[in-house]
Amino acid sequence: MWKIIVRRVLIMIPQLFVLSLLIFILAKQLPGDPFTGLLTPDTDPNRIEELRELAGLNDPWYVQYVNWIGNAAQGDFGKSYTYKIKVSTLIGEKALNTFWLSLVSAIILYLIAIPLGVLAGRYQDTIFDKIIVFYSFVTYAIPTFVLALIFLFIFGYQLHWFPTVGSVDVKYDPGTAGYFWSKLYHMLLPAITTAILGTTSVIQYLRSEIIDAKSLDYVRTARSKGIPVNKVYSRHIFRNSLLPIAAFLGFTITGLLVGSIFIETIFGYPGMGQLFISSLLSRDYSVITALVMLFGLLALLGSLLSDIIMSIVDPRIRIE
Amino acid sequence: MVKEATVDSNKVEINSPPTGMQVVFREFRKDRLAMFSLISLVLVIVGVFIWAWLIDQEALMRVSLRDKYAEPGEKFFLGADLGGKDILGQLVIGARNSIAIAIAITIITVTFGIIVGLVCGYFGGWIDNMFMRIIDFFITIPSLMVIIVFVTIIPKYTVKEFILIMSLFLWTSTARLVRSKALSESRRDYVNASKTMGTPGILIIFKEIMPNLSSILIVELTLSFAGNVGIETGLSYLGFGLPPQTPSLGTLVSYANNPLVLQEKWWVWIPAAIFILLMMLGINYVGQALRRSADAKQRLG
Repeated sequence: MWKIIVRRVLIMIPQLFVLSLLIFILAKQLPGDPFTGLLTPDTDPNRIEELRELAGLNDPWYVQYVNWIGNAAQGDFGKSYTYKIKVSTLIGEKALNTFWLSLVSAIILYLIAIPLGVLAGRYQDTIFDKIIVFYSFVTYAIPTFVLALIFLFIFGYQLHWFPTVGSVDVKYDPGTAGYFWSKLYHMLLPAITTAILGTTSVIQYLRSEIIDAKSLDYVRTARSKGIPVNKVYSRHIFRNSLLPIAAFLGFTITGLLVGSIFIETIFGYPGMGQLFISSLLSRDYSVITALVMLFGLLALLGSLLSDIIMSIVDPRIRIE
Repeated sequence: MVKEATVDSNKVEINSPPTGMQVVFREFRKDRLAMFSLISLVLVIVGVFIWAWLIDQEALMRVSLRDKYAEPGEKFFLGADLGGKDILGQLVIGARNSIAIAIAITIITVTFGIIVGLVCGYFGGWIDNMFMRIIDFFITIPSLMVIIVFVTIIPKYTVKEFILIMSLFLWTSTARLVRSKALSESRRDYVNASKTMGTPGILIIFKEIMPNLSSILIVELTLSFAGNVGIETGLSYLGFGLPPQTPSLGTLVSYANNPLVLQEKWWVWIPAAIFILLMMLGINYVGQALRRSADAKQRLG
């Protein structure tokens, strides 16, 4: 068990290293540097040169890289040039928003997907099952931004059920119950959209798992002992099929993060995805590099988490 | 498909099991919706290409302030945008561009993926090891973000560069799938027999293993085409896709980033959004039917 985790972590290190190198070189190619924006007709070119020298921008790229990666390892990604605050503080704020949004999305995702998956598997080949399979096909095929925009248009602008922008109503003070509810209310529509788009894999996996389990010996044994069908499903099959679903958790996190770029941009939700797009537009490259590294790290941690859960759940993987 | 043998008193006739295109045809005949999707997809794609060819793009892109946000009606069937440009015409041109680019990316990534997958699966050893490490790396990085960063740093990038950037990041899943299939296929007896006869590896790969994987490859081709349409329109929607002079379906949808357009001038973006939606459903449905026909256990027909 520990051996697997340690080995996986050791594999992660070179991957992160290559990613950081790639991102660093890419960021260096971004047109302009942080001081381009400061240029006015009165600026003394020597002063700009001095600033560049001080910021280390005239060093060879590998020196800059070593400095950057050394600081980054300690959580210091430098300063954002647009917001004039530390990148770690800036991302910290937005990351919290993204975290809450992802959490709510994940909860809604499992609330929708688990019942549908179980029912589709149990009533296999009925009309009911066909509808669920068709639903999961549609949500698989539909692109994130199309569904998000259509939902925003219908539920936000036409029906006025949900707020259309932001993460909280300004009239509430932090800490109050109103603040909390307003925050949750703002999160709801983006979270539902994300959740619906993510249900396919869970539904399909659960469905086929249950269909397979139906013909297994332990189910037949349980039935022949006289256990009612409902109980066989809720106590025997469901438990066995649910465990592998837990393993999806890691991949779900990765999926939510990628989706957040679209979802947050469309719903005007101030999280990491929106920060990524806005810092690209303003060429704020210290923020860009930090965000790509963070997303890369989280994606790796997500797949690590999945592997760990999988090896806890399924002893066969541990032995290999 | 069990071999059917009809024994007659005079002659013995043996029907061979349906193969290749026959299986696909039977599957589509059985699944009406898949047949309908396939036919309408082909018609739409051909229609869009012909129509786009007939449209005078210069006249289309001419700004006419008098028609700013003209509503759908006699002059403009689907209305007009901020610059008074016909939405229908832009939709056709955008669809043409999106489809053409998705086809180009699909051909590049699938070809490259098949070659890498087959070679890795057949030869194994250090080639396999090297490519698998590269693929592992590509799978773990947040490729969408890296593509966006790439698009931003290339000054005045063109469609050709966009296709290459996308292809760079999207070949890995095909390669992985083909490798795993080629790995099990290359342990079969017919491959060993061919080896003992002294057939060169390259011939075994492309003339013997590849035809046996053709059904899986067709499925992969279709599904990755659908995926590429989704990614391209998504990136264009965010403003990091096709260059501005080449409008895409995503570009048309991105007008909805303006709350006024999203809310009141719905005719600007809804047609493109629905077009993308229907196209994605159609391609994926055809892909699923193809996948079923590639797997004897799941076939309907």
